Amino acid sequence: MDYAKVWFVLWAVLWTGYFALDGFDLGVGFSGWLAADGEEEIRNVFSSIGPFWDGNEVWLVTAGGATFAAFPAVYAGLFSWLYPALLLILFSLIARGVSLEFRGKLQSPAWKSFWAGSAAVSSFLAALLFGVAFGNLFRGLEINAGGYNGTFVGLLNPYALLTGALFCAFFFFHGQLWLAFKTAGPVAARAGRLASKGWYGLALLLALFLAASWLSTGLSGNFIVRKYLLVLPLGLAAALSAAKILLARGLPGRAFLASFASIVLFSLSGFAGLYPDLLASRVDPAFSLTVYNSSSSAYTLRLMAAVALVFLPAAIGCQVWVYRLFRAPLSAAELKKSGMY
Amino acid sequence: MDTLALSRLQFALTAMFHFIFVPLTLGLGWLTAFFETRYARTGDERWLSITRFWGKLFLINFALGVVTGLTMEFQFGMNWAEYSKYVGDIFGAPLAIEATVAFFMESTFIGVWVFGWERLSRKAHAGAMWIVAFATNMSALWILLANGWMQRPVGYVLRNGRAEMVDFAALITNPYGWLEFFHTVFAGWVIAGFFVMGVSAWHLLRRNQEDLFKRSFGAGAVFALASSLLVAGVGDLSGVNAAKNQPAKFAAMESVWETRTAAPMALLTIPSLSGEGNAVEALKIPYALSLLAFHSPSAEVKGLNDFLPADRPPVPPVFLSFRTMVALGGLFILLSGAGVWLWHKDLLQEYPLYLKVMLFSIPLPYIAIQLGWIVTEMGRQPWAVYGLMRTAEGVTKTVSTGQVWMSLIGFTLFYSALGIVDIWLLAKYAKKGMEG
Repeated sequence: MDYAKVWFVLWAVLWTGYFALDGFDLGVGFSGWLAADGEEEIRNVFSSIGPFWDGNEVWLVTAGGATFAAFPAVYAGLFSWLYPALLLILFSLIARGVSLEFRGKLQSPAWKSFWAGSAAVSSFLAALLFGVAFGNLFRGLEINAGGYNGTFVGLLNPYALLTGALFCAFFFFHGQLWLAFKTAGPVAARAGRLASKGWYGLALLLALFLAASWLSTGLSGNFIVRKYLLVLPLGLAAALSAAKILLARGLPGRAFLASFASIVLFSLSGFAGLYPDLLASRVDPAFSLTVYNSSSSAYTLRLMAAVALVFLPAAIGCQVWVYRLFRAPLSAAELKKSGMY
Repeated sequence: MDTLALSRLQFALTAMFHFIFVPLTLGLGWLTAFFETRYARTGDERWLSITRFWGKLFLINFALGVVTGLTMEFQFGMNWAEYSKYVGDIFGAPLAIEATVAFFMESTFIGVWVFGWERLSRKAHAGAMWIVAFATNMSALWILLANGWMQRPVGYVLRNGRAEMVDFAALITNPYGWLEFFHTVFAGWVIAGFFVMGVSAWHLLRRNQEDLFKRSFGAGAVFALASSLLVAGVGDLSGVNAAKNQPAKFAAMESVWETRTAAPMALLTIPSLSGEGNAVEALKIPYALSLLAFHSPSAEVKGLNDFLPADRPPVPPVFLSFRTMVALGGLFILLSGAGVWLWHKDLLQEYPLYLKVMLFSIPLPYIAIQLGWIVTEMGRQPWAVYGLMRTAEGVTKTVSTGQVWMSLIGFTLFYSALGIVDIWLLAKYAKKGMEG
């Protein structure tokens, strides 16, 4: 078996898991306040992601660690070539984490609104910047024989900004559906309406993104050669339509699952188009970092695949158990006890 | 400063900041789990108050440990791209395993513990904290096996222009990594013990909730004493290990310049600032250095003159950090030993001076652990991977000095603000005392 290919799939799965899971809590982070009126409702918005966001973020840490272990040259290239962008993502994630932790620690309204605001700004930046970063990955980077030759401003090209906006739209929709499904009363009702409106923006941005990807990136090649891969973007369209229909029928929980599936299929479509590149060169494919020229040794890849095979299902099992344990919303008494009131 | 110097400074600052928060987590998790188990077993509400008080401090501290850990993962790629490419095949594995195996557990079950008071039985809820405590210590194991590989590279071959793993068993049984692991986690436990004693002392001095804080103090003191003894024992083995595997580091730790057998140890040593030899060497104890280095009075100890100046670590900071750390380590045994005795005899309130000393001793184990890492990491210089890759070869080539200046300034400002808020919150909640 070619373990480099296995690891490409695992690499795609880890990033996909991160986007589909952290996506809703980033969305709640930057847009949850739109569905809330007054301190008590804001508290319910934040408490809906309280038990989950930290576990969701581990998917990013694992994706990063797996990139390091399985594709060291990609890890080194991605993080150093996009240095300022990665620094901003890092600062956003740090700010997001402390904002969620600190917000409930004092009862002063100024303190609470400061951290709620900083959670919103940092969650938005993280969503946008991940989109911009992956937009550049999909588009290809200015990699020549000496490595990366682009600039920070060059990363802010229209296609990458479109991808950034698309990520924000996905996470907005995903986050609002989460609130519609996990909270009760006026917050859930408002979130359902916001998701419903947001869906149109998301659908428009997705259509633009698919058109731009087809016309101006190399992502389409694999779909033309291997037609069966088209099941991914077609499934994406179906899942997104299903989310809208289920929401309209008053089934926000199922709509959320459909939205989860749409993010998974969106992300997998992108990686399927990218293959066998991890960091594609716009200058010349010969300079691209691919499954073949950037992976670790067969020994390391096999060992890490075994580790992933044993521990990833165990980790997912634990997380599923946690989602079930906290299926019912947290009560005010529970929040007081948690110190996150 | 050039990119190399700036990148080193940034890595040192961010790692040291991360390590203000991580070590307390390593020990306070066990103590909190122990308190909660007492509650689960007895149903005595006093243990619940104790659990919730220390658990809250655990969480405030934990928050910054987690987010600053992200930086460490990003930074290898951002600032040390050449290093990452060269060693990722073997060095990346323990980091990825840490994320998958330990960090997953820790981050998942901390949420269960924080929010699950009403959803789990008392025993299962205590179990969540045991899992968190175990997972944080397991995190340390994988990270330190990675660091141990940088200190003593094993299980690899040089192939395809990089270090490739050929023996995973050698990587995970590397004695250097295991010694670092035990030395570091025991040191973290000392921090937790002193933290619990110091905060309890503050309340005992004010006669607040005396019963609850005496119980806390006792647990902290016993834990701190056991851990101080363990950390010293592992420290001795670590010295032997350094002398064997990294003779230049050991020579810098002791500021030894001439190679000789049956080497004495000068209690008073002042390295000369010119970078060659010692300005003062007095109060020599015969054979002591050979005994420390190899547990044998006649053994030969290598001096720094045997190494080219370009292959020597910076001597004064390594030497001074090491001496100070060892002195502090001795002090911890005395202070925690006294604490165990006074607590056992129920004399704590009779000795307010001792309680005051314990309050002001809270920072000391933090200082010791930072000094220990200065010894470990500066002592490894000029190597990133001992004998294999120099630090200067590992730095990213494509990042400009201006970009690293920007990130360094960004980290300094951002981290300072976060550190101030977090420590202020810790102090606020520590002073508030227990509920109920």
